[in-house]
Amino acid sequence: MATYSTSVFKSGLKVLLDGDPCSILGNEFVKPGKGQAFNRVRLRNLLNGRVWERTFKSGESLEAADVVETDMEYLYSDGEFWHFMKTDGSYEQVAAGKNAVQDSINWLKEQDSYMVISWNDAPISVMPANFVELEVTDTDPGLKGDTAQGGTKPATLSTGTSVKVPLFVEIGDVLRIDTRTGEYQNRVKK
Amino acid sequence: MGHQNWHPLTDPEMLKARAVLLRQIRLFFEPRQVLEVDTPILSGSAGTEPTLHPITASLDNGVDPPAEFFLQTSPEFAMKRLLAADNGPIFQLARSFRNGEVGRHHNPEFMLLEWYRPGYSMTDLMDEVDTLIGEVLGNPIAQRITYRNIFLQKLAIDPWSASFKELQELARSRLDISMESSDLDLWLDLLFSHCIQPTLKEPTFITHYPASQAALATIAEDEDGLPVALRFELIIAGIELANGYQELTNADEQENRFRAELLRRRELNLPEYPVDKRFLAALRHGIPDCSGVALGVDRLLMLKTGAKTIQDVMPFPIDVA
Repeated sequence: MATYSTSVFKSGLKVLLDGDPCSILGNEFVKPGKGQAFNRVRLRNLLNGRVWERTFKSGESLEAADVVETDMEYLYSDGEFWHFMKTDGSYEQVAAGKNAVQDSINWLKEQDSYMVISWNDAPISVMPANFVELEVTDTDPGLKGDTAQGGTKPATLSTGTSVKVPLFVEIGDVLRIDTRTGEYQNRVKK
Repeated sequence: MGHQNWHPLTDPEMLKARAVLLRQIRLFFEPRQVLEVDTPILSGSAGTEPTLHPITASLDNGVDPPAEFFLQTSPEFAMKRLLAADNGPIFQLARSFRNGEVGRHHNPEFMLLEWYRPGYSMTDLMDEVDTLIGEVLGNPIAQRITYRNIFLQKLAIDPWSASFKELQELARSRLDISMESSDLDLWLDLLFSHCIQPTLKEPTFITHYPASQAALATIAEDEDGLPVALRFELIIAGIELANGYQELTNADEQENRFRAELLRRRELNLPEYPVDKRFLAALRHGIPDCSGVALGVDRLLMLKTGAKTIQDVMPFPIDVA
């Protein structure tokens, strides 16, 4: 397996650290003029999402992680696995378990595209786009003429997840949601 | 495409700020009768410090194979040869080169302001650095604290007596690391650069370094009779701005340090460069008791303009050079 030295660490590089695949987010070179050089490296553990900093002696190296990011279309869930299909024309399918899907489960809509991250050919993470559009399946009746005032209420989306929405939102509305914060953005259509 | 992009990364304001700074530095030294000098960047010898990596150049001087020359990591040796020839106080704005150093505060090619003051103690020279920095940045006078006391104050550990294991344990409790080393200085460097330096926002001189980090400074005894290097650094806003010494003038001691550094290079599997014999000969002839300091001009410009990275103050940092 290939190895990378600290001097080539850069954002996006996938490495193995303590056995786990990690993505490098940043690499800061720290060197006293007359002293030892270090690299303060910001990493994300791709298995659990943890983001932290580790310091290396410059010149230390890490093994490359066989991590592949692929755009895939979400097909369906059988309750145990979530099935995705490659969009490159191969129709190849993969099944991601609950550990890989994690919180993305809240934003999965059939036929939408997701980034599936695989390590050694097994899906380890599913990333939705920053914004998704989902239909409201349940919420209290909208208050007419209340489009300007503040105040929120819960609304259930087609994925089963609940978000806070303005009072004027009604069942059947399609909402734009920021998947990074889980917050309502705007109403796409009534 | 990348190579079509010829534009400088700095705007005209930044270029002017650089020009103003260089002029300000020259005007600072003129009335003080410190002579501006210009020594070679290219030399047949290189420093031996294991933590500095010169850029090598192939010089076609009629022999086969061509001679290996080196871009200077600082103008120190050449300037000390001028001191030995009784040229009095001198300064230089010197392009310097350090291989592999790229980061927010590092570019492989950068500019050092280096100056030497015969008859000055380390304290005298710190006063002068303070005056210059005050004129350029309008800063208050820098506080002064010893290397030992800053460790005691910030980390509650005594760098004079702590073992590498104690330093390692402290580093592991504060940082995520897996490196192993029995090298005391590695742990001191790690703790200083990660846990102390970033906290030094106000201008601060760190003085009296461990003898093992003397580099080219005189070693004296502190109040407890322990060996200590007459070396200082100036740190502002967490950035290492200057490094100075009450200079080592003893040629035998200098030769011993070169030899120790070459041994260390061998242990670390680093190239062993030819020792600068002309510099040693100059020391043997004798240089006046003096203090000298090297100050990063690009970093000073960062502090003056509020730039976040060294690349922001250079028209053509290494990626587009």
